Amino acid sequence: MPDKPKVAFYWCASCGGCEESVVDLAENILDVVAAVDIVMWPVAMDFKKRDVEAMPDGSILVSLVNGAIRTSEQEEMAKLMRRKSKLVIAYGSCAHLGGIPGLANQFQRDEILRYVYDGSPSTVNAEQMRPEVKCTVDNNTVNLPSFFQVVRALDQVIDVDYYLPGCPPTAKLLKQALDVLLSGTLPEKGSILAPDIALCDECPKKDTKPSDLKFTEFKRPHMTRIDPATCLLAQGIVCMGPATRGGCEGLCIAGNMPCTGCFGPTSRVKDQGAKILSALASQVDAKEEKEIDTILATIPDPVGTFYRYSLPVSLLRRKIS
Amino acid sequence: MAFFCNWCTYTAADLAGVSRLRHAPNARIIRVMCSGRVDPQFILDAFAKGADGVLVGGCHPGDCHYMEGNYKALRRIRLLKRMLKDMGIAEQRFRLEWISASEGERVKTVINEMTEQVKALGPLGYPKKFEEWDKEMESLEQAVHGEEEAVHA
Repeated sequence: MPDKPKVAFYWCASCGGCEESVVDLAENILDVVAAVDIVMWPVAMDFKKRDVEAMPDGSILVSLVNGAIRTSEQEEMAKLMRRKSKLVIAYGSCAHLGGIPGLANQFQRDEILRYVYDGSPSTVNAEQMRPEVKCTVDNNTVNLPSFFQVVRALDQVIDVDYYLPGCPPTAKLLKQALDVLLSGTLPEKGSILAPDIALCDECPKKDTKPSDLKFTEFKRPHMTRIDPATCLLAQGIVCMGPATRGGCEGLCIAGNMPCTGCFGPTSRVKDQGAKILSALASQVDAKEEKEIDTILATIPDPVGTFYRYSLPVSLLRRKIS
Repeated sequence: MAFFCNWCTYTAADLAGVSRLRHAPNARIIRVMCSGRVDPQFILDAFAKGADGVLVGGCHPGDCHYMEGNYKALRRIRLLKRMLKDMGIAEQRFRLEWISASEGERVKTVINEMTEQVKALGPLGYPKKFEEWDKEMESLEQAVHGEEEAVHA
């Protein structure tokens, strides 16, 4: 019997939700396990880095890497997986766009370390200790990964063949992607394995979206009783649907929560945050500067709202000091 | 980088030219049909590609050739201004001005003023920043390889 194709999973700066989404394949996971050999999956299996290092270059058919790149260890592992794999898929929002960890690009490295090791209310650190890359204890040297100044999406570190968007990607999209890859007919390199049209197109509330929204106030979901039958934008709620790729089938919308943009933009858009800013702000119902500002002030955190998942791949990438 | 609307500010810049008004040569003007056509992506892209300041010029409120375009520009730019501030870009680097076709003098004043302010701030230099940021990965690679070589030696 010929060898089964080898598949690897790896995680970088992520929350574990992407791992969960693989398990969400439910009984389909049995088909996957039957069709492939999983050679690396830190969350579920006991393969080590040295096992992967021992494999010939390019011997893994596909590696699904989730998480952003934040530390030198993640960079090293991403490069190792790249070398050993024919195909690398950026799996989930963090690998695809930088994701939630990418919001750390609003802060300087020192600010983050200061808060985590001193400032946060639950921290006791009278010696003001900081992690060292190298530390010698009783003649033994211990190495720690270094913590980068910039959070990066996977394709800012290694060459990526395909992207599976979502926080996390849906089991349906993962199943489709695996089926396509195992079938041998590969999509064009660089493809994002989801529909290339805005979420509004598949939104269950689409018919109630007025052509001209007139925002007099932006409401956050906890501030209002949401009408489940009406377009969230028409209710004054910031919904990223118009600037976000579909494919999730409106999961959040169906749960009466607005889209926060985890699938990233469609192929026609370079900068998701700029695009949703443009779409929302231009429809503010005021003509005087002061009045406009008052309405726009109801969006308290434009960067965190519009670039919830995509700050590292945005045109400006991070806050400058 | 200056985005001027075809009907008012660009015509005013033309007028400044034929009137032989001298202004700082630092603005690279791009003519757009309306200030409402200026996608916030253009502004971010201008900064990302190395512009030290971005100026948007449109018709006075009520005078837009397309009725509403300049109001849309105003609303977008009010929010974009806040966002750029949050991203660490000084406020003086980004400006919106209403300049009608007859206000050649105003083009001169605004360009001179803004050039002076941006000069005082110094270069923004995003392309260089991008390069510098990505050095942190190169330096690690060198450190790792250097160590490996030392081990082999």
